[in-house]
Amino acid sequence: MSGDSPEQIRKETRVYVTVFVALAALTIITVAVSYLHLSGWRAIGLALFIAGVKGFLVAGYFMHLLSEKKLIYTILAFTVVFFGMLLWIPHVEKDGFGTVQRDEVTVPEGEH
Amino acid sequence: MEMEIPYTVHERPDTGLYNGKLGIWLFLASEVMLFGSLFSALVMLRTGAASWPHGYEILNIPLATLNTFVLIASSVTVVLAWASLRLGDFAKGKLYLIATLGCGGIFMIIKAIEYGTKFSHGQFPRTNNFFATYYTLTGLHGLHVVGGMLVFAWLIWPGAKMWLHERQRYINRVETTGLYWHFVDLVWIFLFPTLYLL
Repeated sequence: MSGDSPEQIRKETRVYVTVFVALAALTIITVAVSYLHLSGWRAIGLALFIAGVKGFLVAGYFMHLLSEKKLIYTILAFTVVFFGMLLWIPHVEKDGFGTVQRDEVTVPEGEH
Repeated sequence: MEMEIPYTVHERPDTGLYNGKLGIWLFLASEVMLFGSLFSALVMLRTGAASWPHGYEILNIPLATLNTFVLIASSVTVVLAWASLRLGDFAKGKLYLIATLGCGGIFMIIKAIEYGTKFSHGQFPRTNNFFATYYTLTGLHGLHVVGGMLVFAWLIWPGAKMWLHERQRYINRVETTGLYWHFVDLVWIFLFPTLYLL
């Protein structure tokens, strides 16, 4: 995190306000884009891209992740990996490109 | 004999962090998994459904957009509170914390209006999978907002006494609560387009 001198803190404050304006503008853009009613993946991709930029601004500046300690980055690296797995697991089941497939799940007799 | 909790103010030499900050980040990591599992369930239900309604056809976009602005505003007020306290300006810091609490209250009132309208139209969690995921995700998020508001209320009133004798510890508490609050904002940033706009 940045220094604690009054000048530095005032500088940070100006950054916070700028980030707030950017977040507000991106919110307007997100809603405006939704009225274009783009087709499936285009709409999802664009909406999640804008949400990703907003998320970066909040995490990077408000949560100070742009200048944090190594231990926090390590915790978050694990979090990202497990979060990715959470999103991936349903597709393993659904598409059957992994070892777990719904069709293979059988319920033993007498437990119905 | 009273035992003092170590590293509430100063950084631990091995982690480079005061314990509260490490604690809140570990908690937030677990929160990512909690919301991640629900997002994962949403993806599975939505991609596996024969048909799925568009959020913008059913949900109230202007109200949800307003709520997004309110939550973003509350995120900036909490960092401004933290900055003011670091500058030694308690009155201003407290004012920003009250503004944050107020924004949380406005968010919940708008959410209550939204829920009320849905209930009056007979749209409940049991109605279909869309509403089941909508109420589960927004309901859990709303509970997090209420939880944050309770902590802010404590920091503004009874907990503020700490400012008089343990100033840095109080500033650290505001910082860790702020980190939690930004996470709540972050979740909403993804919930809003996912549920309402797609």
